[in-house]
Amino acid sequence: MTAAAPLGKDLLGLEPLSGEQIKLILDTAEPFKEISERAIKKVPTLRGSTVVNLFFENSTRTRISFEFAEKRLSADTVNVSSGGSSVSKGETLVDTARNLEAMRIDMVVIRHPASGAAAFLAERIESNVINAGDGTHEHPTQGLLDLLTLRDHFKRIEGLRVCICGDVLHSRVARSNIWGLRKLGAQVAVCGPRSLLPRAIDEMDVTVFSRIEEAIEWSDALNILRLQLERMTAGYIPSLREYNRVFGVTRERLERAPRDVLILHPGPMNRGVEIDSDVADGPHSVILPQVTNGVAVRMAVLYLLSGGRPELAEAAKTGKVA
Amino acid sequence: MTEHTETILDASAVERTLRRMAGEIVEANGGTNNLIIVGIQRRGVQLADRIVALIQASDGVTVPRGALDITLYRDDLQTIGPRPVVGSTQLPGAIDGINVVIVDDVLFTGRTIRAALDELADFGRPGRIGLAVLIDRGGRELPIQPDIIGKKIDVRAGDRVDVQVDDLDGRSAVVLVSKRTS
Repeated sequence: MTAAAPLGKDLLGLEPLSGEQIKLILDTAEPFKEISERAIKKVPTLRGSTVVNLFFENSTRTRISFEFAEKRLSADTVNVSSGGSSVSKGETLVDTARNLEAMRIDMVVIRHPASGAAAFLAERIESNVINAGDGTHEHPTQGLLDLLTLRDHFKRIEGLRVCICGDVLHSRVARSNIWGLRKLGAQVAVCGPRSLLPRAIDEMDVTVFSRIEEAIEWSDALNILRLQLERMTAGYIPSLREYNRVFGVTRERLERAPRDVLILHPGPMNRGVEIDSDVADGPHSVILPQVTNGVAVRMAVLYLLSGGRPELAEAAKTGKVA
Repeated sequence: MTEHTETILDASAVERTLRRMAGEIVEANGGTNNLIIVGIQRRGVQLADRIVALIQASDGVTVPRGALDITLYRDDLQTIGPRPVVGSTQLPGAIDGINVVIVDDVLFTGRTIRAALDELADFGRPGRIGLAVLIDRGGRELPIQPDIIGKKIDVRAGDRVDVQVDDLDGRSAVVLVSKRTS
């Protein structure tokens, strides 16, 4: 871990990072929170850098959050989405990225439906690559903003009991959360219908609850995942109403808990399915602070990945092309 | 190569110097009305706190104190890379039309102050910005000069001036660290 590249070239997931590196990102995010509270919400840090947001999947929150983070650091940004670009003409991912790189860009933020797409790209281009969600693999900046929100509230991560509820099987958010929480010393549980938990969940060293009431009783915080309605036609659950009746986080269930349970949700929410409205809007919900923290965490990641590229300077000197 | 250290100001000399600087700040701004003192992270903030306390003792007025971290305004991100530790920036209120005195420990190239001026401009338009430094060591790379100086010393390029403050270093002193080939 050198001062010039504290995170290395890319941010692909939380699994490859050390606890120290994760903590560094969270600590760096702290001063960035204040910038978004200024009248002039901008610092000149990334002036002259060009960032491409390459989104092969729909996204509102994540793409806008990255764009705010980039703009508040004074980077120039370009958004490319799969519809309406040469991607829809059959161009491969690498060709798209290499063409962008030929226009002298510095960073790529990529969202892609295939697990491993960000790593695949990172090996093939010189620009920094930030994974904004790849298939069912990882969504590291969401994991980081969840960690920051937990730390804001509890002033620590170590020893916290956090339960991830719902569709863990399809969730990159769940995977990034499990890695990040474990590396910082939290206890992690999952809760959901067995059909929506990965088969290998028992090997991940997490507690498994099959009843939401038990999960609520055990937890300091619940991270309630979105039931991915577009996938639910495949017969994972009997019906949405059934899911809400058995696994929905409701006020009645929370009121029976021995302590106040903090409520997180990565959005977009299905109100009345995985979470009831009076929980989402209730006094222990930090769903909107999560969104605010998302911008700060992404600014921290952009900052820590930027500049100071001695390995590239070295390659250029010896004439070796990376 | 050995490191040779020499104490330039001891604790009581630092105290005397800061007291004089506090007096000069009040005098240069025609009193304490409309005045804020802004320290540059990290040791400038500690010195600003002491100057505020000294003005409180002499004039009975608590001047608002702010802190600036200029890391995000540096001009060497692309070459040196990110500094892992970014401190906080906090100003005690709007600065439009206010007299701002920037306080830092050592003035050297002037690049930190350039960055601080840029950062202040993003918060508003102060009536006047002054600069008070405990040590002016020369070696400027930009046309920036202090208004109030604790002590001016000539330091060779490779040598270092360390300002030590109670909160961070457990003592109060100014030390010259020079490298000698023996």
